[in-house]
Amino acid sequence: MPADDHRLTTQEMARFVAEGYLRFDALVPEDVNQRVIADLQALESVKLRQALGRQVEGDVEHPESLTPLSQCYPAPSVIGEYLRLPQIQGIVTSLVGKDPLFDHDFVHRLPAGSGYKQHLHVDAVIDDPAPSFDIQIFYYPVAVQAGCGGTRMVPGSHLRRTRAEGVARYQHVLGEQQFSGPAGTVMVFHQGLWHAGQPNPGDTDRWLYKIRLNPQEPQVRLWNTDDFEALHNDPRDHTFAHMRGDSVAQVFRKMEPWQKGHEARYEQMQRTKLWRYLSGDDRYDVDYYHTRIEGRARTSGLA
Amino acid sequence: MERQQILYLWLAEGALDTETVAWAFHDGTQGRGPSLPDGEPPYKTAIAALEDGWFLLQSPAPYNLQPGLEHETSYLPNEFIFERRIAVKG
Repeated sequence: MPADDHRLTTQEMARFVAEGYLRFDALVPEDVNQRVIADLQALESVKLRQALGRQVEGDVEHPESLTPLSQCYPAPSVIGEYLRLPQIQGIVTSLVGKDPLFDHDFVHRLPAGSGYKQHLHVDAVIDDPAPSFDIQIFYYPVAVQAGCGGTRMVPGSHLRRTRAEGVARYQHVLGEQQFSGPAGTVMVFHQGLWHAGQPNPGDTDRWLYKIRLNPQEPQVRLWNTDDFEALHNDPRDHTFAHMRGDSVAQVFRKMEPWQKGHEARYEQMQRTKLWRYLSGDDRYDVDYYHTRIEGRARTSGLA
Repeated sequence: MERQQILYLWLAEGALDTETVAWAFHDGTQGRGPSLPDGEPPYKTAIAALEDGWFLLQSPAPYNLQPGLEHETSYLPNEFIFERRIAVKG
């Protein structure tokens, strides 16, 4: 993102559509990383007691679902200070608008030496076919060493419509990643990205603050569109005819290691559908798959 | 007595000689049997697994496409399941 405008660029938005996440290393200042731990400890206690069905009234202030983000965690909350950082606001605005609704948050602390391990899963329940999406922001205020409890994730899995636990059977997926990185790193996930918690054999607690946000407005061209006209291709951008090498289409053609063979064409079609929504261009296409089918439907009077 | 080892391979396409894209291993011998070869994936194709002594239990059949859902993506579609039976001491 440009230094003076924290919204995402068209190039970054295209990568989010293709890969289902974006990562920003050491985005949060170290001062906030250090001070937020006390807030997270208090919130973790509340969340865990609530999960056990115990009374938490009168405890640490934490927002209810459907609260606009701007009203969550007022000062002097350090969680609120993190959420109101211009660089976080830029990410949020670009993907789900200026004031999305708070869905929920959670503190995922993996103590040093924890063997807790999750199966691969998708959060919540299966999504409907609408292209609108929530985001989940993963914030690691403490550095995570390789293999020490970083989130496992499968890039490019977010547009597959699956039941939450239906992907548990995949022990290993080619090209999957496990997070490690410096303190203050933030990752933003499309709600559908397959992921899982992993054991922490290290000697440092793994801290993760996760928040889910729902859009309140159409997610159409909310990012910094200075590079939009240069990158947004028209439906003639077609591998088997004339292909541009510098367009959004080219970002969508790059597949993950597990997306091989003819299956990749369907991945590309799903990415195209999401970009149609985000760009507001319902004629957008990559490699002519939708255009060909829609043209025939018009010819036959079915569209 | 015998115990089962089960290997799932998800392949790029519906043919056994296409590339492995995901895998899972379940070991009924509790570590007393052979392990998988090193490498990610352990077998580049299902043919390589057959050559290493795995027996095919199940391969995916083509399925009818539901109108309107022809282009949707969901679970990994090309799931092949293998077993090998290992003699272990009781």
